[in-house]
Amino acid sequence: MLAEKYPNEVKKILAKYPPERKQSAVMPLLHLAQLEAGFVDRHAVVEIAGICGITETDVAEIIGFYTLYHDAPEGKLRLQVCTDISCALRGADEFLAKVCERLGIQPGGTTPDGLVTVEAVMCLAACDKAPMFQVQGPDGIAYHENMTVDKTMEFIETARKEVK
Amino acid sequence: MTKFEPVLTRNTRYPDSEKIATYLAHGGYETARSAVKMQPDAIIEMVKRSGLRGRGGAGFPAGVKWGFMPTDAPQKIVAVNTDEGEPGTFKDREIVERDPHSVIEGVIIAAYAVGANRAYVYIRGEFFLGVKRWIKAIADAYEQGCLGKNIFGSGFDLDMSVHRGAGAYICGEETAMIESLEGKRGSPRLKPPYPAQIGLFGLPTLVHNIETLACIPHIVGRGPEWFAGIGTAESKGPKIFSVSGHVNQPGNYELPLGISLREIIYEYAGGMRGGRALKAVIPGGASTPMLTASQVDVPMAFETLKAAGSELGTGAIVVMDETTCMVEAACRLSKFFAHESCGRCTPCRVGSVRLYEILERIRRGKGQKDDIEFILEIARGIDGNTFCPMGAALVNPARSAIQHFRDEFEYHIANQRCPVSGKPN
Ligand SMILES: Cc1cc2nc3c(=O)[nH]c(=O)nc-3n(C[C@H](O)[C@H](O)[C@H](O)COP(=O)(O)O)c2cc1C
Ligand code: FES
Repeated sequence: MLAEKYPNEVKKILAKYPPERKQSAVMPLLHLAQLEAGFVDRHAVVEIAGICGITETDVAEIIGFYTLYHDAPEGKLRLQVCTDISCALRGADEFLAKVCERLGIQPGGTTPDGLVTVEAVMCLAACDKAPMFQVQGPDGIAYHENMTVDKTMEFIETARKEVK
Repeated sequence: MTKFEPVLTRNTRYPDSEKIATYLAHGGYETARSAVKMQPDAIIEMVKRSGLRGRGGAGFPAGVKWGFMPTDAPQKIVAVNTDEGEPGTFKDREIVERDPHSVIEGVIIAAYAVGANRAYVYIRGEFFLGVKRWIKAIADAYEQGCLGKNIFGSGFDLDMSVHRGAGAYICGEETAMIESLEGKRGSPRLKPPYPAQIGLFGLPTLVHNIETLACIPHIVGRGPEWFAGIGTAESKGPKIFSVSGHVNQPGNYELPLGISLREIIYEYAGGMRGGRALKAVIPGGASTPMLTASQVDVPMAFETLKAAGSELGTGAIVVMDETTCMVEAACRLSKFFAHESCGRCTPCRVGSVRLYEILERIRRGKGQKDDIEFILEIARGIDGNTFCPMGAALVNPARSAIQHFRDEFEYHIANQRCPVSGKPN
């Protein structure tokens, strides 16, 4: 339960919006709920609906609309490679293909140990530093810019030791 | 090379530029301190005289927008737009991560001038570092008496908080951003009423791009005439240009509006990678029409780019050399819009996907005889017929690519391969 686990954070989030506008808290509460497990589970949906005074369907709709929220577990780390125009002009497609090949997965797939999911995503506002990806994980989101395939594999190997 | 002393990115060169101590050490918050003792109308007048136009893409005159805020409403809001998601654009991220206090100072001045006591900073969800730094920056500003009750002993109160987005390009559209701040999906609202009339929580709301607000302390501090002395007849002040693609030194370059595209590419961004020839440029982010190499002398200003058949947009310059397949480029850009359509209205939801599908089949060497006409017809069906301005934007990549490089599309269809690479892509 968020209210038990993070009482101060929940209070701070609610204080940001007018008392009669609790629905505004749905996005920050979802970010909070998702942080550790990497996805929002059923219990959190029910609890957030209760806190915000909206229905569970309303909460589920928000999860579905915004790409950073997930309703099912995937790899512990989501490695999201930008393949949008500027990055594509500087080799993002080949980069993505090679990283996937080294990991033995397809884009969108997860390594067999459940560590990394590799996905192609739209522009991340790092267009001058391609190839680049962001990693969505238990500590939030981190950008990795001007990457090479080797540097990426090193990062994954280090994470494999740390995350387990 | 045009000599230009950076204004908006000056602070980002200091070490620890995001910290309040750094900002204060360089004279930070002094302009806001004096501004909250001025007549609010006098500040609005200064912003009008400066000629500042919005940096979020639409280029609306800022002072005019401030003037639209009703004077008699008891509660008003300022909302900062940092949802930056337009492909090719990465200027706001630099400001959000490295110079939060300039923007907070700009918001204090704007809020005081229009009589708002509440401010929200909507930050793109992926900018996790930026969000963290802003939470700290706001807390520090409260501690120093720059935010909260009775700012600088003036009797003026202002509260500010961060609202983190969660991945949706459309939330950069101002009314979709307001919906998102209210805890809903980011679906644009019908305008009018404009946010200045009915915005967040039903209250008059002044929405600005973060770069626009970063200009405010300089306009008020150095005077509107100084600001208006930079730029062209209709485009005033400094601007951060994000340059990406096939150049030697991609990056953000702060330069006066009106500088030529050529100078930015060849003098600042280090010229073309590998000395290759320039083929096409997107001058203002993914939603602005492409230009060709022959148009590279165009001054980067609102009015001149319009005359050249494009737009200044966000000032994000995507440079493509002779090895670029224009079908592939148009296809990639259209994929973005198909992915980001919020789904609210049919021309955008269905049209964006159809455009992408046809471009994709041409790219793969499976194009059909009438596909070019088909694309142009779909574009006509979208443009002007959507709920929000995204429709007008999403047709630009395909339409401008066909306008300038029609023979390349025809070659793809007739020969089932790309004239540049010799293969289907
Ligand atoms: C589809 C779409 C996306 C937009 N995205 C952004 C954005 O990410 N950031 C932004 O400041 N403005 C964006 N805008 C423009 C805003 O609607 C609005 O004009 C702007 O925030 C106003 O601020 P300004 O006057 O300071 O430019 C977008 C508009 C549209 C139609
Ligand atoms: S195009 Fe890849 S970060 Fe912008």
